[in-house]
Amino acid sequence: MNRIQEAFSHGKAFIPFITCGDPDINTTLEVVHEAVKNGADLVELGIPFSDPTAEGPVIQGANLRALEGGITTDKVFAMVKALRKNIKIPLVFMTYANVVFSYGMEKFLTLCEENGVDGLILPDVPFEEKEEFAPLCRSHNVALISMVAPTSEDRIAMISREAEGFLYVVSSLGVTGTRKEITTDLSAIVGAVRKNSEVPCAIGFGISTPEQARKMADIADGVIVGSAIIKLLAKYGKDSPRYVGEYVRSMKEAMH
Amino acid sequence: MTNKAGRFGIHGGQYIPETLMNAVIELERAYNHFKDDEEFTRELSELFNEYAGRPSRLYFARRMTEDLGGAKIYLKREDLNHTGAHKINNVLGQALLAKKMGKTRLIAETGAGQHGVATATAAALMGMSCVVFMGIEDTKRQALNVYRMRLLGAEVVPVKTGTGTLKDAVSEAFREWTSRIDDTHYCLGSVMGPHPFPTIVRDFQAVISREIKAQLLEREGRLPDAVIACVGGGSNAIGSFWHFIGDESVRLIGCEAAGRGIDTFETAATIATGRLGIFHGMKSYFCQDEYGQIAPVYSISAGLDYPGIGPEHAHLHDTGRAEYVPVTDEEAVCAFEYLSKTEGIIPAIESAHAVSHAMKLAPTMSRDSIIVITISGRGDKDCAAIARYRGEDINE
Repeated sequence: MNRIQEAFSHGKAFIPFITCGDPDINTTLEVVHEAVKNGADLVELGIPFSDPTAEGPVIQGANLRALEGGITTDKVFAMVKALRKNIKIPLVFMTYANVVFSYGMEKFLTLCEENGVDGLILPDVPFEEKEEFAPLCRSHNVALISMVAPTSEDRIAMISREAEGFLYVVSSLGVTGTRKEITTDLSAIVGAVRKNSEVPCAIGFGISTPEQARKMADIADGVIVGSAIIKLLAKYGKDSPRYVGEYVRSMKEAMH
Repeated sequence: MTNKAGRFGIHGGQYIPETLMNAVIELERAYNHFKDDEEFTRELSELFNEYAGRPSRLYFARRMTEDLGGAKIYLKREDLNHTGAHKINNVLGQALLAKKMGKTRLIAETGAGQHGVATATAAALMGMSCVVFMGIEDTKRQALNVYRMRLLGAEVVPVKTGTGTLKDAVSEAFREWTSRIDDTHYCLGSVMGPHPFPTIVRDFQAVISREIKAQLLEREGRLPDAVIACVGGGSNAIGSFWHFIGDESVRLIGCEAAGRGIDTFETAATIATGRLGIFHGMKSYFCQDEYGQIAPVYSISAGLDYPGIGPEHAHLHDTGRAEYVPVTDEEAVCAFEYLSKTEGIIPAIESAHAVSHAMKLAPTMSRDSIIVITISGRGDKDCAAIARYRGEDINE
């Protein structure tokens, strides 16, 4: 069993998203440790991009703060190396195609493998473009994680059949950000995925409250939370690790 | 199943979130259905001719030709179109297509404001609602166009993220489209973004070169030696080049905005200073740093102030079929003043980049050779900014 399968093998998985280097590397290291200590099953690490077109204002802000703080892809890899000394759960990168492409795909994926990065999410690489990245990901044992959206409809089967790691189910139209209500028929989407794939489904976009986490965990195998955590980072900065820890615990408890 | 649709050599593609994939697939299907549909083409021709004022004139610039003392210079007068720029060609096509698709709302990005004004115009004409995203810096540089859009019934959203310029307006328009697809068509303004936009926009702008060819054959009985146009995303340039791509004797020259110079960071010359990347739905050349972070670009021209270039231009550059040259702010401003004084035509500062290169090229060519410059828009919108550039403060 690989690390991602392991993460989904004991109950519903809670997956926090953290932008690397927001506001600095040390804070990110501490935040990840706190999240893991409080029950995170898998951590999604965002490598900042100057123009994150799939993100709402909250995560855009994190990207800007991190870039202003001097984060680079090299520093992110060094940080992951440090994390891997005592963190056993899967770590998955979330970034944009150009960050990987311009770094050199071979070099990027070699470093992912060497430093124990288990997966890669590229929100601007849909099914039609994934073959540019997928073979290299496969040869370096990095799962290229696919997404399905409320608009995917007839595409769900095709995407699911080739899904690796886990499937990222986008809960709502639009960009990332907390939402009061999620109205998409997610059971239908998850059902369509399960007809075509064995990989676990994790729902993300718009989830912030324990109540929402519980509802989503009833439908899917995992819950991804980004903006709600980034808001804590924006509010508490270097003091945020403890608040993120408390938050992760409350979400994880709600999902049991 | 790998879909190789929408590739120009290695460039192009569809690098967009899954949420938008069915929307671009639906758009491609609709376009392929309507582009050869008799009723659609008849309606579009009627809009072009009766509403936009096509065909636009191909004007022999006699005084400029005599003054420069080389090639004969013709100006393709896209500035004479309704709304004052070539942008209306693409917008009428896309708005008509959107209407046929049952969409009731148009969204658009705009830099200088010309595409926003054109989209607001088409929306008013066709009874559709319209929201235009414009970088906050550009709303200041082009306040008159903001007013025009509002007058036409559009909502203008100032975009404060990033550098507050065209690239941020594009990002915000994509974000908006992701959140509202059912009733909304994203009327992209240039030959960029994911497939099928670069192809659709090129086809609607190709009317420029179709007319140039026919008009010049009638006047001179021959093809031009060079066609020159400015390039931001590159829609007026690809429109000017398209019907000449197969005519190897015709030099195709795109003029990029070099800003304060290609050896400075204050430039928007993508071919001169950028490298291969993936952004805004396409693979192409982009101004970026070593880690792939998109560079904050600069040009005096809000319409050319974009860190990328359309994928078909990137391909024409790779194959050498078209040449791309940088033109600085100072050179463009001089050309802006020159054309105004010499021919009584005030070009858009964007188009002035093309005029500037023609001023360098014409004297090196023989008197029996012919250059066509596309004047993509008129310069009224730029007068206050150019006055400021020359140290004169005027109220609009």
